[in-house]
Amino acid sequence: MKKVGRFMGLFAALALLLVTMTACGSSKALSKQDVLKVDTNANTITWGVKADTKLFGLMNIKTSIDQGFEVDIAKALTKEILGKDGKAIFVPITSSTRVPLLRNGNIDAIIATMTITPERAKQVDFTRSYFNAGQSILVKKGSSIKSVKDLNKKGKVVIGVVGSNSVQNIGKFAPKAKLLQMSDYAQALTALKSGQGDALTTDNGILYGMSADNPGYVVVGGSFTQEPYGIAVNKGQTNFKNRINKALTAIEKDGTYNKILMKWFGNVQGFNYEEMKR
Amino acid sequence: MIHIFATEWQPLLQGFGQTLLCSIIALFFSLIIGTMFAIFEIMPNKAMRVIGNIYVEVFRNIPLLVITMFFFVVIPLYVVKISGFAAGTIGLTIYTSAFIAETVRAGIQSVDGGQMEGAQSNGLSFWQAMRHIILPQAFKIVIPPLGNQFINLVKNSSVLAFVAGFDLMYQGNMIANDTLQTMSTFFAVGILYLIITMPLSYYMRHLEKKLA
Repeated sequence: MKKVGRFMGLFAALALLLVTMTACGSSKALSKQDVLKVDTNANTITWGVKADTKLFGLMNIKTSIDQGFEVDIAKALTKEILGKDGKAIFVPITSSTRVPLLRNGNIDAIIATMTITPERAKQVDFTRSYFNAGQSILVKKGSSIKSVKDLNKKGKVVIGVVGSNSVQNIGKFAPKAKLLQMSDYAQALTALKSGQGDALTTDNGILYGMSADNPGYVVVGGSFTQEPYGIAVNKGQTNFKNRINKALTAIEKDGTYNKILMKWFGNVQGFNYEEMKR
Repeated sequence: MIHIFATEWQPLLQGFGQTLLCSIIALFFSLIIGTMFAIFEIMPNKAMRVIGNIYVEVFRNIPLLVITMFFFVVIPLYVVKISGFAAGTIGLTIYTSAFIAETVRAGIQSVDGGQMEGAQSNGLSFWQAMRHIILPQAFKIVIPPLGNQFINLVKNSSVLAFVAGFDLMYQGNMIANDTLQTMSTFFAVGILYLIITMPLSYYMRHLEKKLA
């Protein structure tokens, strides 16, 4: 008798699993609906943002409110799309969770230092770029290195992070320099501080954040690659995408964009406001 | 895995060379420094014993990575600019020497105390007795544990990867990231480590048979 009971339990569990999975299937269909319509009715847009990236999206641990350039841009876009009372909800995401969350419909759009690349464009739809990111270099204040060209000499040492595109790029722009690859950004910055290298290279956005924390180090020479950040929406959400693009143009025209840019990057040394403003 | 050797032999060879070089340097100096501190630890002079004990206890009980990061980060900042390779080799030498000191001390103490007394009553000084009577016997006894330390040293040299020392592990990381063939790359790296440690292991065994 006991045996049969156990068997029934297993069967029930399987049935439950089946039902849950079917339910998942139907909620997936939600993301096939017109997000713009759904959001307008709910008067809310849910944005996936970074919670760990200085200047772009950083969770304030005390207030647990996400703050940064991208958060402010998303708020401005929400107001532009839904009107003054429009609500923006922020969901912290990471590079590995962002696309699944978008696909499942947990978030409506990703605004999280995501570079527009042809491979990613196969999985998601990108809006126009909202930030002209690119690879740049961070050096000690007063260093003789003014741009990536100064690194292209024998005896110069560039620090990068293992596995990032930036280390492959630096091989093209400064083939004569020696490259030290560290395991993460914190280690790379430590190595730069202790004089193990002449410059640290990666996306300018990350470098600006480092510079904001360490005033003795500055970003120099502008960016030497183009890696524009775009807002990602689900494939097929053309209405929503076009509406965001329109809203982006609007906040660029009325000066809101520049105000937000100034607010977050105005005090960062080496940030070229004239080059980046819209 | 063979294709990794075929296409990436250059960085692998460079890494192999750096690992071998670091291991040889660290092995040589850690043996000398370790023996020195082992003698300190059993000297009649109490001050020397204390110095020996402090050295061994401090460096034996700090992780190798911490010692190495110290030489990579702090020393270049305040003292002298050293490369990742140098920082790693120095860290490895200091760390291993503390273990060798303990091993050799055990060897020295297992030699009968009467030997030292006899040598000294025959007119040899402490150092002469140590050099000609005690140490030769002590080393014979500690060859097996010393072999262990040497093999550990070769494997621990992978700490160089963390301070950009261009060793085998570092190159392995680079290749794995470039080719995205993590499995075969680290198989290849493992085999190259074996090429260093296996002969070492056999040589120590041979030495043990010959001397014991």
